[in-house]
Amino acid sequence: MSSYAKRLIGVAVCTAVVCAAIALYIGLYLVNVPGSVAATPTAGASNLYLATVAAAKGTDPHPTWVSYYAVNADDTNWRHATTFVLPANSIVHVTIYQFDGQSGLRNPFIAQATGTIGNNFLLDGKPTQAIDPDTASHIFAIPAIGLSVPLVGISDNAKNPCANAPCPLSTDHYTISFSFRTPSKGLYRWQCFVPCAAGYIEGFGGPMQTVGYMDGFIKVV
Amino acid sequence: MSTDSTNHFLRVVVLWLVSSVIVTAIVVFVIGPGMPPGNGSVEAHGQVIDNTVLLAVATPVAMAVLVYFAYALWAFRDREPHGVPVDGPAIRGNSSVQFWWLFATTTIVLFLAAYGSVRLLADGSGGGQGPNPIATPAAAKTDPALQVQVIGQQWQFTFRYPGYGGVETRDLELPAHTLVELHVTSLDVIHSFWAYELGVKADANPGIDNVVYVTTNGPLTFHVRCAELCGLWHGYMFNPGHVVPRAQFASWIAQQQQQFAPATKALPPYSKTYFPEPLRRGG
Repeated sequence: MSSYAKRLIGVAVCTAVVCAAIALYIGLYLVNVPGSVAATPTAGASNLYLATVAAAKGTDPHPTWVSYYAVNADDTNWRHATTFVLPANSIVHVTIYQFDGQSGLRNPFIAQATGTIGNNFLLDGKPTQAIDPDTASHIFAIPAIGLSVPLVGISDNAKNPCANAPCPLSTDHYTISFSFRTPSKGLYRWQCFVPCAAGYIEGFGGPMQTVGYMDGFIKVV
Repeated sequence: MSTDSTNHFLRVVVLWLVSSVIVTAIVVFVIGPGMPPGNGSVEAHGQVIDNTVLLAVATPVAMAVLVYFAYALWAFRDREPHGVPVDGPAIRGNSSVQFWWLFATTTIVLFLAAYGSVRLLADGSGGGQGPNPIATPAAAKTDPALQVQVIGQQWQFTFRYPGYGGVETRDLELPAHTLVELHVTSLDVIHSFWAYELGVKADANPGIDNVVYVTTNGPLTFHVRCAELCGLWHGYMFNPGHVVPRAQFASWIAQQQQQFAPATKALPPYSKTYFPEPLRRGG
């Protein structure tokens, strides 16, 4: 084999390796998205159970980040998924187990619930329309449909707080539940509005800017 | 080489004049009325006129280039395929060409500078003027404008009406045929309030009261978007807005006051800017 042919083969092999590496990188980037969870259908409605915690699981790429999780009705089976699949034009009952502490709202206006059925929510079973903005821990909001529900944080003096996911119901928490009607088919974003990202400028970096923690999608099908 | 006695300059000038008159008329009377952003407000209509004027001024310049290009392709093409093309003599030191070139370009630039300044100072042209606006619409001197505060935050705009108990709303609704004084600010990073159909665009800076005037026309649905890259959901930061008859606005704002009464109690007193706490978790 001539030296020219050897060089040609060498260049071809190197090019193929580089192209494969680029394709692998792009492929991994595209498939590495937070998982999705479908609401549990019941008679005439669906149920979605979520939890919020001050720090993700120890095995998470960002174990110190505040995060939402999808859970079962009994607070088991914690899954790191922030894309929620819901049926179109139907009622969805949402229950959120809130284990995180208080951060406070930058805009007190958001302390009032909107967009839910009845424009209120149940805080540990008690109908509530608005909370003290300083006690807010998180918000569950779907701005495109005007849905916004404030989540009260556990007290700084809580005796049995939970630091990392998964958090059992035996630790300090609030249970927030509400219902809303889903819009027509489409992809809608949801987000938290509380500056709750510890250690980041203005509390709005890291998990607030990353889908899979304090942001995600509502996939209405 | 043959001697060409044709007056190419005269031909180009005549062709340019005729084509410019025709195309400029088309620009002003056909294309102009459809120019963005439409006639959703007095300021938007003014921008349509400005865009038409700019395009009308640019049209003869563009026609000069195009006519000369086309004429050169036709008149100066090489008719002897086997010969060697010979370039013409270079033009140097032609004082007449230099004079008219400078005269035309200077006139256009000075006209545009004067026109833009006059138009901008008339009413602000829908742009943010900072906390101390100097381009106040004449109507503001006789009738007080409706004040609406635009509050940007990651990632939504909310709107506060100081003349209605300081109520804050998720939607922007404005009465028709009314001068509105928008006070644009932010609670976190820099956003930009852009109501395209109203011809309004103003940066929302934290700690800054950016004033912009808009005079609404008839009922209209418009779109509010953030025009400053502001983070993860910047692309989703939009709301619809409405210009409605005054009676409908009165009814709507009363309903908003009632609906958001609990939130209004929790709001800080109305202020041109806010320096919100908390930063409990801020780094």
